[in-house]
Amino acid sequence: MKYTAHINIMPLKELLDPQGKAVSNSLHNLGLTNVQGVRVGKHVTMQVEAATADAAEKTAHEACKKLLANQVMEGFELTITEG
Amino acid sequence: MIATLEQATKLGLREEEFEKIKEILGRTPNFTETAMYSVMWSEHCSYKNSITWLKTLPRDGDKLLVKAGEENAGLVDIGDGWGCVFKIESHNHPSAIEPFQGAATGVGGIHRDIFTMGARPIASLNSLRFGKVDNPKTKWLIKGVVKGIGHYGNCFGVPTVAGEVYYESCYQTNPLVNAMSVGVVRVGETVSATSYGEGNPVFIVGASTGKDGIGGASFASADISENSAEQLPSVQVGDPFEEKKLLEACLEMIPTGALIGMQDMGAAGITCSTSEMSAKGEHGMIIHLDKVPTRQANMKPWEMLLSESQERMLIVVKKGRESEVQTIFDKWDIHCVQIGEVTKDLNLKYYMNGELIADVPAESLVLGGGAPIYERQFTTPAYLAEINKFDINNVAQPADLKEIAYQLIQLPNIASKRWIYEQYDSMVGTGNTQTNEPSDAAIVRVHGTEKVLAMTTDCNSRYVYANPRKGAMIAVSEAARNIVCSGGLPVAITNCLNFGNPYNPEVYYQFVEAIQGMGEACRKFDTPVTGGNVSFYNQSEDGPVYPTPTIGMVGVLENINQKMSLGFKHPGDTIYMLGTNYNDINCSEYLHHIIGESHSPAPHFELEEEYVLQQTVANLISMKLVKSAHDISEGGLFACMLESAMANGLGFNMTTDANLRKDAMLFGEAQSRVVVSVNTDLCALFEAELKGLPFTKLGIVNAHKEICVDGQSWGYISDWKEAYDTALEKLLA
Amino acid sequence: MKFGIIVFPGSNCDRDMMHALRDDLKQEVVMLWHKDRDLSMFTKDDCIVLPGGFSYGDYLRCGALARFSPMMEQVIEFANNGGKVLGVCNGFQILCEAGLLPGVLLQNDHQKFTCKNVYIKGESTENLIGGHVGNKALRIPVAHGEGRYHADAETLKKLQDNKQIVFRYCDEHGEVHINSNPNGAINNIAGICNEGRNVFGMMPHPERATSDVLNNIDGRAILEALTHMN
Repeated sequence: MKYTAHINIMPLKELLDPQGKAVSNSLHNLGLTNVQGVRVGKHVTMQVEAATADAAEKTAHEACKKLLANQVMEGFELTITEG
Repeated sequence: MIATLEQATKLGLREEEFEKIKEILGRTPNFTETAMYSVMWSEHCSYKNSITWLKTLPRDGDKLLVKAGEENAGLVDIGDGWGCVFKIESHNHPSAIEPFQGAATGVGGIHRDIFTMGARPIASLNSLRFGKVDNPKTKWLIKGVVKGIGHYGNCFGVPTVAGEVYYESCYQTNPLVNAMSVGVVRVGETVSATSYGEGNPVFIVGASTGKDGIGGASFASADISENSAEQLPSVQVGDPFEEKKLLEACLEMIPTGALIGMQDMGAAGITCSTSEMSAKGEHGMIIHLDKVPTRQANMKPWEMLLSESQERMLIVVKKGRESEVQTIFDKWDIHCVQIGEVTKDLNLKYYMNGELIADVPAESLVLGGGAPIYERQFTTPAYLAEINKFDINNVAQPADLKEIAYQLIQLPNIASKRWIYEQYDSMVGTGNTQTNEPSDAAIVRVHGTEKVLAMTTDCNSRYVYANPRKGAMIAVSEAARNIVCSGGLPVAITNCLNFGNPYNPEVYYQFVEAIQGMGEACRKFDTPVTGGNVSFYNQSEDGPVYPTPTIGMVGVLENINQKMSLGFKHPGDTIYMLGTNYNDINCSEYLHHIIGESHSPAPHFELEEEYVLQQTVANLISMKLVKSAHDISEGGLFACMLESAMANGLGFNMTTDANLRKDAMLFGEAQSRVVVSVNTDLCALFEAELKGLPFTKLGIVNAHKEICVDGQSWGYISDWKEAYDTALEKLLA
Repeated sequence: MKFGIIVFPGSNCDRDMMHALRDDLKQEVVMLWHKDRDLSMFTKDDCIVLPGGFSYGDYLRCGALARFSPMMEQVIEFANNGGKVLGVCNGFQILCEAGLLPGVLLQNDHQKFTCKNVYIKGESTENLIGGHVGNKALRIPVAHGEGRYHADAETLKKLQDNKQIVFRYCDEHGEVHINSNPNGAINNIAGICNEGRNVFGMMPHPERATSDVLNNIDGRAILEALTHMN
């Protein structure tokens, strides 16, 4: 079966996100003063060939832990869809 | 809430230190106060295990406008009304955890030390140590560290102009990342890290305060009673953009004259800056922690006091002139928030929502005040016996010297660092003259004056391991030699002392011996120590790293015309080696990495011999009798000649000395030797000016771009250059 | 004739540009703050420079946040009225984000920041800079992580047909080939101009090559060109 993993990788909540901060300030300067808490992460999608959704999730999870996310700095969430 | 001895020890305090705090306060400290003392009395802030010996270093000289320990960094007079501020600092342990952010924040921190004094950083240097280059962990560390240094420095806009990188297995789990910053300031326009004048407002400026760098696990476990809901992050994230704005805002603010004092926040953040500034100005402060802008909700007072969030400054402003300062920080979109005021009372009183949560005498926290000072035991290390067993006669002379040479120049410690330095912006600031004409030390012009600065970082830690005293002398001497060979006059040094655990008597022996050797060499070259940094506990299960007292040295040139570069200039020029060749392969890259002998004594070195050599080279350069000068260091004579030849794509013919082992002559690392090239018409004059200094006429620069040794062709320079330039990137691929 | 250099938060080649123009080229220079909105002191003969650096930390996309600085509205108007504008490195990125120049600067093909001397040569004499520098290979430093010029096929054809390509990366002999390309830029493009030939963007830093002290003055001709009338 083919599955697609949708992965969101975000800087850990307790760490400074300089990019999010700069974007937030710029949005304020553009007049969008009601915007707050901007954080910028990455979205990764990938196809996984696996017997079950659980197996696909396991593979994607391993990919995140080993490479895609730097767990000292980043957390990740993933969802698996068919196809 | 009264602190217990158990909490205190978990925070890293010793039992007698906890007793001393009780004595100072006349009561048992609470948890917050105990935490503050634990950080302020750590080695990093108090130098408690090193200060006794550091005080033996020469710290005075005609050119020192601010001496070691008086401010965040030393200030050296370079003439024409300009001063130079420079310092080196380690960020070893953070870089081991997260190489990119660890190295980046190391660079950011050292630049703040410079501009907090009112100087504009104009150059940065670094000194890096990693494990074996073929190890996957090493590759990850190198790539992260290099990217981190580049990320911060490139964005902050200060060129990385020089550095050194060594790979030795002792650094496998504990890499060293030492960063140096050099800044310039008009004499009289510097800012002091002081605080005085009752009622003057205290501001925190720059980034918000988060839970960064709060001692991680030890705090989490010690703070059982006041457990923090969120996990403490183990890394600090740098924001070079914020720091760039902070730099410009601070330098814009200083001329207003509204400032009393300023200090950057590094280790122990608010605690360190409030106590050091207050102790220096002999005043106290009231601080309202609830006014500190925070990045996270519900931070505990002790978390705010100890946070090491980056890109922050504490400033004390003259009362009534707050708005001038505020306007400038508003212009740059930077937080500038009053958090307290200066008091006549000498205590620091920290409040949270009106409640007094810590009350301690400022002076009791700081070095030179209440912080403890220890004398540690030391004993001669057992391994030195092994080193003394080495006998060169047990090393067979190689049959194929060319093949050895070819391997040697591709060793990661010798090969081109191009893969690394091209990731650093080395040219921003339009001051670095190395790009188009390299020399032994980086030569950086200062816009606004004719004066030019020379700078270098040096330490061959294998020499220091083999003989801590001599090795440290060599580190200072090589730094001075690099500056002299570039046409500069050495002026002063900063040091970054990377050692293992000071409670290990063998490690402490290395420390004591190295400091003594460093002091002796600094006195000889009249280059006092302006300040620096001590980093202990660099070790793994296999033992401590090589003792690595990195020297950062700065020198001055009256103008750019005094600069001497390292590349051969014209075919037909005569090549000389100044100094003496010895049958010495001790501690060389050749012996260590090609023969495979890990223990041998430090190479030949005599301080007086080195001094005479440097005086002679300086004289020859000022008389314009040499066209190039390049000192012999790692890799020996051959590597030195090759580097001089590659700079302008010229070849050379050389003859070896029949009375010496050929491997010793070509690859030995005996100190106090320099290769120069001389216009053949001037050889007689040149030799007369040597005034008895031993020399060897090695050969000539050739136009056919070939290397010829004893009449045999060793191939073309372009091929050697290709191998030299690409060796490291192949290893890292 | 005078130059105005815009200082964005995070600009770090602004002072280098000032030194090059004022000290080495003896030009009048005015430093401009990005929050200001007044370019009334500049005429069509003058030139506005967007310097290199990391405006707004290069966060989100290089140049994306700077493009919304108040001063940029004025720069767009100034350019649309025929005023000369030069963007170097980050300045080039801002001009692309602002729509004053076509295309985009992507991350270098080797994924690393790169700082070194490269060679570039003028591609066409039908613009102010190209007409001034001739087709000799100039040694100019680059320093960027995101300098790979890219444009779609249609835009590229237009650039070519209109002779809007100002510089291409080459070797020291002036040969343009893949090995002389430091970042993977399409067709070795190092610098372009707009249709009106009054807005220029280039990744290499001419201001780093105007001083005898640095042993390289190949950049002078490029900046000097802008002192001439369009």
